[in-house]
Amino acid sequence: MRDALCAELVARAADPSLVFLTGDLGFMALEPLQTALGPRFINCGVAEQNMVSVAAALASEGLQTWTYTIAPFCYARAFEQIRNDICLHNLPVKLLANGGGYGYGVMGPTHHALEDYGVLLTLPGMHVLVPAFTQDIAATIARAAITAAPTYIRLGRGELPKGQTAPAYAPWRCLLPGYQGAAITTGPIAGVVWDEFLTLDPANRPSLWLVSELPITANPPPGALIAALAANPALLVIEEHVSHGGLGAMICAYLVHNAIPIARYQHLFARGYPTGTYGSQNFLRDHAGLSRVDMHAAVRAIGGGI
Amino acid sequence: MRYRPDTMIAPPPPPPIANRLTQADLHDARRRLLDMHFHARAGHLGGNLSCIDALMVAHHEFLGADDRFVLSKGHSAGALYVTLASLGHIAHEELASFHQDNTRLGGHPPPHGIAHIKFATGSLGHGLSLAAGLALAARLQNNPRRIICLTSDGEWQEGSTWEAAIFAAHQRLHNLTILVDHNGLQGFGTTHDVASMNPLADKLRGFDIEFRNADGHSLDSLRTALAPGTDRPVLASLRTTKGHGVPGLAGTLQSHYLPLTPAQHAAAIAELGMLP
Repeated sequence: MRDALCAELVARAADPSLVFLTGDLGFMALEPLQTALGPRFINCGVAEQNMVSVAAALASEGLQTWTYTIAPFCYARAFEQIRNDICLHNLPVKLLANGGGYGYGVMGPTHHALEDYGVLLTLPGMHVLVPAFTQDIAATIARAAITAAPTYIRLGRGELPKGQTAPAYAPWRCLLPGYQGAAITTGPIAGVVWDEFLTLDPANRPSLWLVSELPITANPPPGALIAALAANPALLVIEEHVSHGGLGAMICAYLVHNAIPIARYQHLFARGYPTGTYGSQNFLRDHAGLSRVDMHAAVRAIGGGI
Repeated sequence: MRYRPDTMIAPPPPPPIANRLTQADLHDARRRLLDMHFHARAGHLGGNLSCIDALMVAHHEFLGADDRFVLSKGHSAGALYVTLASLGHIAHEELASFHQDNTRLGGHPPPHGIAHIKFATGSLGHGLSLAAGLALAARLQNNPRRIICLTSDGEWQEGSTWEAAIFAAHQRLHNLTILVDHNGLQGFGTTHDVASMNPLADKLRGFDIEFRNADGHSLDSLRTALAPGTDRPVLASLRTTKGHGVPGLAGTLQSHYLPLTPAQHAAAIAELGMLP
């Protein structure tokens, strides 16, 4: 997604209000943006707290301000700066965070972001965009650019299944039909779920839904999804994020508040590092409760499968 | 191509000092600050008394309508409210609501509602980055406005303050003036005993900034400290006394947190009355 991100921002570089701050990241990726923006591309160095506060001040003066670093260095390192300097003042800073979930794989847990949107959505006014496919980047950047609120953009590596076409971007998308309730996911792992669900007969799988804008209260589920749950009150949520504060919790709260009953519920989420060893993003997913086997088991548990 | 920060905008000429303060003006502000804190039974008075002279001189004599001020040591909000009241930006009557329920004037500057307060501060280590961002914005927007930021001395124990200093110096933000309220006392000891950076000046001189020393309670010295710089940020270390002007409290650790007793309040007001 990084190259697409760069191209999209380069296309916007003529806007004199656009300012891009990086925390010393972007080597062999963002050089075209650096050239296009000139003095409006600022490498703030290895100093994320300062970068976020500087961004808040730039936004307070009417500049369209983007920051870029890897996800944990954004939401975790600079959390108080995001809370106090951006969110308390409702400033529309766009926080680009690369490597959501286990995205940085074998680089290890200091480089992973398993709690990011859950933590950030506790803050007032915060919006989160989670593109799933590289093809979503143009719409994601366009949406972030016009959002008049603090926005966190969780980036990753698109994993579109072979032979499939990414559906046009929308805050909610139905990726696959199915008749065993509904499954909801977010971010690039959607591609893996989609690929795995293709092995199941539609009669024996839930419909698969992708949400790309959080919180759910600002982007409620579409009527067709609610109808699917009314017809078969079975729900599966899959996310590359911890359970606490995650998509599953958000969806469940929404359903309870709206008196929508669920009879069978399964939640696949990032369970940390059960093996105590390092590995690729897929290795970590497989051992943290997000394997394809786990997906099949969860589908069976809500009434589908085979 | 690499872009080095530069000085794209020529530094503005020093403006004439239009609204010269008198010592009586400073005494009046100090009296209002003492009364406000005493009646509110509010602490944090010592650090307010150490910086109110600098706040008054900066706001009355140097900051224009389009300039910006960031109170990084947010616990000196009382001194800022009194200063803004002296300029008519807050009604003097409203100062009586300080620290009370349903007030706009809390113990630290609020994020909204007071036009001349741009940022909520109070967690130390944020203000200098915010001020640097404002200075950078002015450069990018080709605006000659000036930014003044007041930090505490204990605040330089925050790593983020050093991040901001590195950034401001590297970007050569010549429109930025950083004031350090160097009163030598923090929450639970002297800055020397807790985590010494003394002499702070020696550490700060290592940056590519213009360094100034000043007496933070002298009108003339503050005027020299606050004069605009040239091609790089200015950092002025203000020698001040925590609890300045309150007999028995000045220069003590108690002045950081404890509210005034009636005797201390009366003695401080009496002393102000005797000063020229």
